Amino acid sequence: MYFDTIIAGFGGQGVMLMGNVLAAAAMQAGRQVTYMPVYGVEMRGGTANCTVVISDKPVGSPIVHEPLCAVVMNRPSAEKFAPRVKRKGLVLVNSSLVEDQYVQARTKRVYKVPTLEMAQEVGNPRLANMVMLGALAQVSGLVDVEQVIASLPKALDKRYHKMIPINSEALRRGAALMSQG
Amino acid sequence: MAQRVLIKGNEAIGKGALAAGCRFYFGYPITPQNDIPEFMSAELPKVGGTFIQAESEVASINMLLGAAATGARAMTSSSSPGISLKQEGISYLCGSEIPGVIVNMSRSGPGLGGIHPSQGDYFQATRGGGHGDYRTLVLAPSTAQENYDLTMLAFDLADKYRNPVLILGDALLGNIKEPVELKPYRKKPPRKDWALTGCKGRQQQILKSLYLADGELTERNWVLWKKYQSMQKEARWEEYRLEDAKLAVVAFGSVARILKSSVDMLRDKGHQVGILRPITLYPFPSQAVKETAQRVGRLMVVELNTGQMVEDVKLAAECQAQVDFYGRPPGSIPTPDELAKEILKVIKKGGAR
Repeated sequence: MYFDTIIAGFGGQGVMLMGNVLAAAAMQAGRQVTYMPVYGVEMRGGTANCTVVISDKPVGSPIVHEPLCAVVMNRPSAEKFAPRVKRKGLVLVNSSLVEDQYVQARTKRVYKVPTLEMAQEVGNPRLANMVMLGALAQVSGLVDVEQVIASLPKALDKRYHKMIPINSEALRRGAALMSQG
Repeated sequence: MAQRVLIKGNEAIGKGALAAGCRFYFGYPITPQNDIPEFMSAELPKVGGTFIQAESEVASINMLLGAAATGARAMTSSSSPGISLKQEGISYLCGSEIPGVIVNMSRSGPGLGGIHPSQGDYFQATRGGGHGDYRTLVLAPSTAQENYDLTMLAFDLADKYRNPVLILGDALLGNIKEPVELKPYRKKPPRKDWALTGCKGRQQQILKSLYLADGELTERNWVLWKKYQSMQKEARWEEYRLEDAKLAVVAFGSVARILKSSVDMLRDKGHQVGILRPITLYPFPSQAVKETAQRVGRLMVVELNTGQMVEDVKLAAECQAQVDFYGRPPGSIPTPDELAKEILKVIKKGGAR
């Protein structure tokens, strides 16, 4: 078993947290995993991305150029990473912010997730990242969304633990959207 | 089984140090190692330890010297430009035979350079950037787990040889998050009869590096030389898919783990290639390199610089194998595909026996 994904968006959208939670869930599921944040002079509002590699074997490279999956939360990320995804890979697009024409991919497996609208339904637009992570868990089949939820207490700082119920709800919504097909 | 946690490479260094009984940390902030002082500042007070953010790198290395002279386990950390500032203190630690652990989560140079991963500090680490005829043990982890394990080892080796031990990582190894098994530290730190603990009831002891009497310094240098010779047995390395290899790639640290992915890709296509990864950079695993050179006949060195360790590899190989080199100066991290292409170029060039 091997999977890698680049998760990208604006700084402040919570893309690093998505990577962290995904890595924590995969580790709890008994996998080997690496999480590598993009490394540079980053700032809020600038672009940010991270790479998560999940495998049955110890992970060699924590970075990939042509990933099996890209999660793109904004337009610059869609333009940069969607074309790099492998032919049979997976692209998850934040359709609340990214219009179709900016997503050029070699793979046909492109999924649109209206993260902002769905997050607002749950009660907070800042949950957009968790909606997307739920969708990713479901469509990739990597980990069950309940496993992702179970890893939240370890992945989140204690001061955010009161937010776990609403984050769980967002994760379930995202997963449910993808299971509808 | 020991607890398995998902933590940053820098934090793994801090946890390893705490587990090994490090109770003093001195440092001055610099990217990309700030998670180490951040962790130590939060955790050391809880175990009765001392954290000091010093006024400079020069101050922190000398605080390390002072604390370690009393027999305590102490550590400092920094990144490339900061490590340059510590060189005087490292020379004094060696000259006075005082143990200590120094972590270099290196960035890129020369000068202020940048904050990208680089292996440009290989020469400084293995040759010693300070003055005088001295050596420091140098450990080069390539995973967060090794950050943890080798930090514990560093304290043991430092005490064993009464010598500073340098851990050479880079921005990639400091920032990566991986599961780390928090193996308990079970060794009993050695007695330190030489430590300065107050001489009430015993003879005065002196730790110094100044020797002015006739012939004293000559003798002193030979004593140190003998110690450095005895360190050679500490050479450590890892072999990866080398068993039937026709080309051995020699690499250390972060780039060595990226190369594992490249080698897996090439193996899938039927190319017989493997990796020899030095874990200790000093002592350099010369014997292992020589044997591999004789057995495989073809070596390739890959580094995140324009060519430093390749000199040690060539020395160790003693012309028993052709040695190719691929270097990547700082600015971008090479991907497994890119490195696989470079390895393939060497394979296609031929030259194997």
